[in-house]
Amino acid sequence: MPMTITEKILALHAHCEHVSPGDSIEVDVDMALANDITAPLAIKVFEKIGAPVVFDREKIALIPDHFVPNKDINSAQQAKVMREFAARHGIVHYYEMGQAGIEHVVLPEKGLVIPGDLVIGADSHTCTYGALGAFASGVGSTDLGVIMATGKTWLKVPPTIKIEYEGKLLPLVRGKDLILFTLGTLGVDGATYRALEFSGPVIRGLPMAQRFTMTNMAVEAGAKNGIIEPDEITLAFVAQRSHRSPLVCTSDPGADYEKVIKIEVDELEPHIAFPHSPANVRPLSRVGDIKLDQVFIGSCTNGWLEDLRDAAAVLKGKTVSKGVRLIVLPASQRIFREAIKEGIIQTLLDAGAVIGPPSCGPCLGGHLGVLAEGERALSTTNRNFIGRMGHPRSEVYLASPIVAASSAIQGCIAGPEDM
Amino acid sequence: MRFQGKVWKFGDDIDTDLIIPARFLNVSDVEELAKNCFADIRKGFMDMVAPGDVLVAGKNFGAGSSREHAPLAIKAAGMSVIIAESFARIFYRNAFNVGLPLVESVEASRSLSEGAMVSIHLSTGEIEDMDTGRRFFAKPLPDFMRHIIEAGGLVEYVKRGKTLPNNTQPR
Repeated sequence: MPMTITEKILALHAHCEHVSPGDSIEVDVDMALANDITAPLAIKVFEKIGAPVVFDREKIALIPDHFVPNKDINSAQQAKVMREFAARHGIVHYYEMGQAGIEHVVLPEKGLVIPGDLVIGADSHTCTYGALGAFASGVGSTDLGVIMATGKTWLKVPPTIKIEYEGKLLPLVRGKDLILFTLGTLGVDGATYRALEFSGPVIRGLPMAQRFTMTNMAVEAGAKNGIIEPDEITLAFVAQRSHRSPLVCTSDPGADYEKVIKIEVDELEPHIAFPHSPANVRPLSRVGDIKLDQVFIGSCTNGWLEDLRDAAAVLKGKTVSKGVRLIVLPASQRIFREAIKEGIIQTLLDAGAVIGPPSCGPCLGGHLGVLAEGERALSTTNRNFIGRMGHPRSEVYLASPIVAASSAIQGCIAGPEDM
Repeated sequence: MRFQGKVWKFGDDIDTDLIIPARFLNVSDVEELAKNCFADIRKGFMDMVAPGDVLVAGKNFGAGSSREHAPLAIKAAGMSVIIAESFARIFYRNAFNVGLPLVESVEASRSLSEGAMVSIHLSTGEIEDMDTGRRFFAKPLPDFMRHIIEAGGLVEYVKRGKTLPNNTQPR
């Protein structure tokens, strides 16, 4: 029987010939992930279970990234719990800040996820790795604690919604605009319990960074996983980073989809999500006059080298508008280093940006750029819920790094064409 | 299993940042988390409620982050059950894993009003508005999920040597 890519990967990890939507299966986990917020709870669970050792010290990644560099004593305590656990159990993929950055950028960058893998992470944006043709899904700390002990978890096979993008993108439109537009079409619960498969010629033409941006935000429609079939671009990305052989799964002709949505992109403009929902989107031409206090470029969604390149191209020779704070956090140390080599960091500094360390901080209102009452930010991140980046009466708008950079220059939400 | 308590009503799309804002996630002690449950939309929630009370919400409750701190905070604040039109996926899993039962019922969620007394039979899926006598029927939970709640959460369930469902044929 024909299967989708999601079903094939799940069947392989459940050691069955075939799975169908609705089946409950027990699967082997290739990589289990937690961060400095979710790991301490998962470690408590692991210890309550009483397992003497972890299931496989090479298949667990523990990445301190949310409140690092530690913002206060409590977060330092949490990070310490994780660090000591990693040392005690010889966790191979525990990385201090200096060797890493944001988890969902670091794992692909270090080649820790390849096509065909099954990844479970105690972070909702674990779905990012679907861009590599892997099954990747977020869970909570208890599920992760059990996985650290057993290497297994149970899943319900999700029905798949396929989204086919056709046509030719306008020059300044990116994967971020595609996913924001898609969220506007689906709504914040339009894909709850579903797999979201992104496909079509437009996806085939996207570089990895933009594919990661799209699968990253699959969870904003409630999806269990976002996924893209691997192709030459995926395999080239993986070949430079991993020695393992990828297992390329693709959807069979005749595979069963719950729904197929076709999106024509020829006239698609850059899109902006308005407060307080990632699905509350408008095209750039219909934004109106929205003055800004802060612009943030970074996060697991848009902190890739390509994103910083986009921002620098817009900001070259320009300056950030008076009264606007532009904060840029490269998503990893490796990206930071490359951005220095390419002159991107110099360009951003000259324009008036503040450059900070790789961290999730500002995205979740943790640190390194928290908003005050009544302030308004444009951010390249993934969520603009009430209070997400700070005060409950602050506002967050979501957009691509291109729109973010040009808005920082203008002092209000605007694309480069308006300048 | 039967639960009974006073209704605390919430709307649609209550995300995990509203349940427990990230600025309070620098601790994992459940009592501390409970103090900040709904800090931005119902400050002091824990002090208003009585143990055993029931949270009733609209659609997509628990959307967003995977933070298990969210169901832990609600449970430690004293809620015994959450009834909603629908739940976000990760929140659903997390709540059962920490021993907080969830019940999906569009009718009950729309009909129950703040302050009403409600009773819930987890095994039959029956929900009764004790003020009006109206009854609603949610789909009963699969056995293993009820057993997870009876055990007090996934950890205790696993420690009792119970296995998780696998309804496919091994190769």
